[in-house]
Amino acid sequence: MATTTFKVWRGDSAGGEFQTYEVEVDHGYVVLDAIHQIQAEQATDMAVRWNCKAGKCGSCSAEINGMPRLMCMTRLDDLPEGPVTVEPMRAFPLLRDLVTDVSWNYEVKASIKQFTPKAPDNADGSWHMEQYDVERAQEFRKCIECFLCQDVCHVLRDHAMHDRFAGPRHYVYAANLEMNPIDTGDRVAALRDELGIGYCNITKCCTKVCPEGITITDNAIIPLKERVVDRSYDPLAKLISLVKGNGGD
Amino acid sequence: MPSKVTALPVKRTFGETMRRDAWWIQPIVVFIGFSAFIVYSTWAAFQGTFYSFENLLSPFYSPEIWGPTEHALIQRTGAPGWWPGFLPYSPAFLILWAPVSFRLTCYYYRGAYYKAFWADPPNCAVGEPRNNYLGERHFPLIIQNIHRYTVPFALLLLVFLSIDAWNALWFDSVGGGKQFGMSVGTIVLTMNVLLLGSYTFGCHSLRHLVGGGMDRLARRPIRRTAYACVTCFNKRHMLFAWMSLIWVGFTDVYVRLCAMGVWTNVRFF
Repeated sequence: MATTTFKVWRGDSAGGEFQTYEVEVDHGYVVLDAIHQIQAEQATDMAVRWNCKAGKCGSCSAEINGMPRLMCMTRLDDLPEGPVTVEPMRAFPLLRDLVTDVSWNYEVKASIKQFTPKAPDNADGSWHMEQYDVERAQEFRKCIECFLCQDVCHVLRDHAMHDRFAGPRHYVYAANLEMNPIDTGDRVAALRDELGIGYCNITKCCTKVCPEGITITDNAIIPLKERVVDRSYDPLAKLISLVKGNGGD
Repeated sequence: MPSKVTALPVKRTFGETMRRDAWWIQPIVVFIGFSAFIVYSTWAAFQGTFYSFENLLSPFYSPEIWGPTEHALIQRTGAPGWWPGFLPYSPAFLILWAPVSFRLTCYYYRGAYYKAFWADPPNCAVGEPRNNYLGERHFPLIIQNIHRYTVPFALLLLVFLSIDAWNALWFDSVGGGKQFGMSVGTIVLTMNVLLLGSYTFGCHSLRHLVGGGMDRLARRPIRRTAYACVTCFNKRHMLFAWMSLIWVGFTDVYVRLCAMGVWTNVRFF
């Protein structure tokens, strides 16, 4: 057992400060273990959101030593020597201590055109889909909605453009639908206008913090940006699309 | 339409962060690397001399459309007649716009130089120096959307650079004519094509154009194969972007120093 110093943000939207706690930690501890120990022994009123402790529910998102991470998946052994700082996500309104109000994300998700399947290929109401085409978008379905990608994105975090920019999580969601061979919904114009994909300047920070390892920038955002270019900024692609009489597919 | 979110934490100031790692190293290395290349390549382009040596031609000058050397497509001294007299002329000026525009609008480079040169942001989860932000949605950065139009030129340059690498295999023989051989310069020029090819064929726009823009690829074997190939290179796009940048600069240095007599182009056979 060794003693580790934790500096945990305590407060609400009116203000707060880092408070220091000394915790006896064992080999294999994750940050959430330490936070639970603080909650049990030193600060019983500390607010923290968590659920599965297995990196699958996306509840315990926080900023550990300044980087957005899941508390349950961050081993203390992997952190550098010295005090560990734990603070709430900065891209969302703070409720209390480590808990933020992420409801804005659900509002944005609801505003994106839902899955709109084409008419079934078979009499029993089923469709034909090749495995290759299914696998391409499968990566996006791994998203656990922890919103760490939203938190690290400077367009939300530093510029607070929540009313013009949907954020990486929702581009992954839109990419999953847009690349689905059965879906007939068209989200390209919305991505350009309401969802503001043009504000993304490809920092790749979202990809860096994704606990599920989704290649958000290369496989979701940039392909969607290219589809927006097809539709809005490329006269040749537009002409081809008009001649073919479809969206280019 | 997303709604406005209020009561967010106070915005951090420039460079302010709780990160404890050396986050500043990456943007500084990128800044120094890009700056060094820009300064050197600009200087090299303005020289107009020492860009070819025997069967070697610097990639900064390839293809030599209008120039005095035996590599030139149109072998003439001086500038073309239509070239404005008040401007200095170098054969590099006729072709450098193609690789420059390709790299300048490249998705990888954009993200890298926004961080390193504009601190937008300096690095992930690090405070920025300014409050206003336009992204790539408004002028001037909306112009970055021309990237796909630079791809054909980048591919065409690969053809010319491949010809240069092939020509570097043939040496003047004593009795006249050409003799097959290999020198250090042959390897340098060949490596240059391979690295530039690996970078170019990993382009995000190319990936979209060959198949990424489609929802169904399974029943299109040619497009599916092309998409898989570009995706393979695309996974290492950053690595090849840097390796090709460094090597193309080194190739010019090699040819230049050989032409100046500083280095000897060692021939193996």
